[in-house]
Amino acid sequence: MSRTVEFDVHHVTRVEGHGNIKVRVKNGTVDEVRWLVPEAPRFFEAMVRGRSWEDIQTVVSRICGICSVTHSLASIKAVEAALGVEISRQTDRLRILAHYGEQVESHVLHVGYLVAPDLLGQKSVVPLVTSHPEVVQTVIALHKLGNHMMEVLAGRKTHPIRLKPGGFAKLPTEAELRDLKARLQAAVPQLEALAEVILSLAGELPDFRRETEYIALVNPPHYPFYHGQIGSTDTDERVPVAEFERVVNEYVSPQSTAKWTRWHRDAYGVGALARFNLNAEHLAPLATKVAASFGLEKGCTNPYLNNVAQLVEVVHVVERSMGIVDELLEAGIRPEKPHVEPRAGVGVGCVEAPRGILFHKYEFDERGRCLAANICIPTNQNHANIQKDFEALLPEILDEEEDAIRLKMEMLVRAYDPCISCSTHYLDVEFV
Amino acid sequence: MRKPRIGIFDFACCEGCQLQIVNLEEEILDLLGVVTPVEWREAMSDQAEKGESFDIALVEGSITREEDAERLREIRARAKFLIALGACATIGGVNKLKNNFGMNDVKETVYGEAADMPHLETMPTKALHEVVQVDYMVHGCPIEAAELAHVVRTLLAGKTPTLPAYPVCVECKLKENACRFEFGEICLGPITRAGCGARCPSEGSWCFGCRGLVDDPNTQAAREVMAHYGKTIDDLRGKMLLFNSK
Ligand code: SF4
Ligand code: SF4
Ligand code: SF4
Repeated sequence: MSRTVEFDVHHVTRVEGHGNIKVRVKNGTVDEVRWLVPEAPRFFEAMVRGRSWEDIQTVVSRICGICSVTHSLASIKAVEAALGVEISRQTDRLRILAHYGEQVESHVLHVGYLVAPDLLGQKSVVPLVTSHPEVVQTVIALHKLGNHMMEVLAGRKTHPIRLKPGGFAKLPTEAELRDLKARLQAAVPQLEALAEVILSLAGELPDFRRETEYIALVNPPHYPFYHGQIGSTDTDERVPVAEFERVVNEYVSPQSTAKWTRWHRDAYGVGALARFNLNAEHLAPLATKVAASFGLEKGCTNPYLNNVAQLVEVVHVVERSMGIVDELLEAGIRPEKPHVEPRAGVGVGCVEAPRGILFHKYEFDERGRCLAANICIPTNQNHANIQKDFEALLPEILDEEEDAIRLKMEMLVRAYDPCISCSTHYLDVEFV
Repeated sequence: MRKPRIGIFDFACCEGCQLQIVNLEEEILDLLGVVTPVEWREAMSDQAEKGESFDIALVEGSITREEDAERLREIRARAKFLIALGACATIGGVNKLKNNFGMNDVKETVYGEAADMPHLETMPTKALHEVVQVDYMVHGCPIEAAELAHVVRTLLAGKTPTLPAYPVCVECKLKENACRFEFGEICLGPITRAGCGARCPSEGSWCFGCRGLVDDPNTQAAREVMAHYGKTIDDLRGKMLLFNSK
């Protein structure tokens, strides 16, 4: 075939942050296919130097508006590890609940507002308001639930105020928790309805597979977002989070200016699909049922199904949240104040962001001033994997119309839900 | 009557302020009844035609590269009203923490040996008004969604919205919060512009100044508060760096 295709998608839309796709096909062969990220780097690791342990969360929460609870928790866990701070079970449970709230908010936003338009052949959620009002109402209701959880537990929808090293600046009341339980229960039928809609459209998701390594937290018998060790589909080895640097292996490729990550292969994937591939047997009952209805099974290698895995996870965290609220109410909320004594030390904090595993590491002097930081975000870890997917996908779809090719590549980027503004260290990528 | 056309643009930031627009939830549907969004990369695939004009440009984020300054000037030229959205845009916010270090130092700290690559070029962070004329500022990190809705409605009605000229302490005292200084903490409430309803002290934490300083901060009163609680002006400066670095 002597086909020539050339296009640049400048600033892929409906993703967080800026990313470009560059495609050059001459006479039926791929000359060039690149995933470019021109987002302005913000240098957080340099900026936190000199700041007090008690101000780190306030700063690094601003790495990303859509996963601010996650960045806050990763940094708080790192500070606690460095300063030797113990927390209560109540604090632990409340944090997990706030973190679940963010998974709901972020995944629903992504699947409902950013991906659903692709499946319904629209360019944004705006036309869906008139064409599919009931879908939009369900999405709004679930999105509000996630936001509500963060408001009640963390003190604000975006950029938490109550989350502190050592505990909570303010605790939720038992009445608020009872109200939350009722809202979670009410969400179950809405989730079932949303799953049904997405299931009816799942045929629109391209059938593309590529084997890769998947990395996520593991902590049997849980499907973990907050505690655990680093697991991989390529090995049975489980790595303590404090040793994350030997997993992520950040490197600057000679052909590229981006810091990429690799462990057993030249790329690995993180996010909902990675978590599912490592932990699916530990999903809550309804989530297990929803996964089965899509035919989603462990070992899935279709990156477009990350969106389905996100939906399954929303169901899972809503189910688990009800259990946590019950446990908290049974024990009763005890008044507690965080207490931290600064000291010198180094600590790592790791949690699963909606988009995948996230690591924060800080070093403090004896007054608790930050000396150095290393933050490794999920989108950076997916970057090389997106490129490898592009290289495998493009030759398979070369026969299609240019618009279809473009759409499939954009959908692939959106499937990863990249959160490019998180880019604590991104470069403009030029890879050939 | 033609519906006013709105464009939403972002520069270096966390996109949390745009998220507050999504967080208006059902209220967005009402807003869509009165305005037409013509460009919003994060939510829509449609893009405005080159050179197309807007009634209102909502701009989030800080300026950290010359190419971004150029894009901002171009947006300014097309917009009747340009509104800065959130601390990154209004005061530079956390992005200005970078300005306390040399630009080569921050690049080397993050990228090591790769620091010299041209794509990494960065300049000291600027708020929008340091590059173009800004018609209105919606402060906060993140913005208060209700405040933004109010500002847009007021501007569309041909009126000028006003900013509170008093400090956060005023709102905090109205809420009868326990003062954070009583807990040995340093709170920037006495010198920070109000408008958030003293959110942080109401949630059990100190104000870190995300809405910027009041126009005429009563520095003498701040000194007295610090002295009263046995803190120094240096302690206060350390906290002010977070969102109000130069
Ligand atoms: S002002 Fe705050 S919430 Fe808004 S974009 Fe900047 S960092 Fe994010
Ligand atoms: S200093 Fe802070 S806590 Fe105290 S009254 Fe003022 S705003 Fe409230
Ligand atoms: S209390 Fe201070 S830091 Fe908190 S939202 Fe208000 S102005 Fe911003």
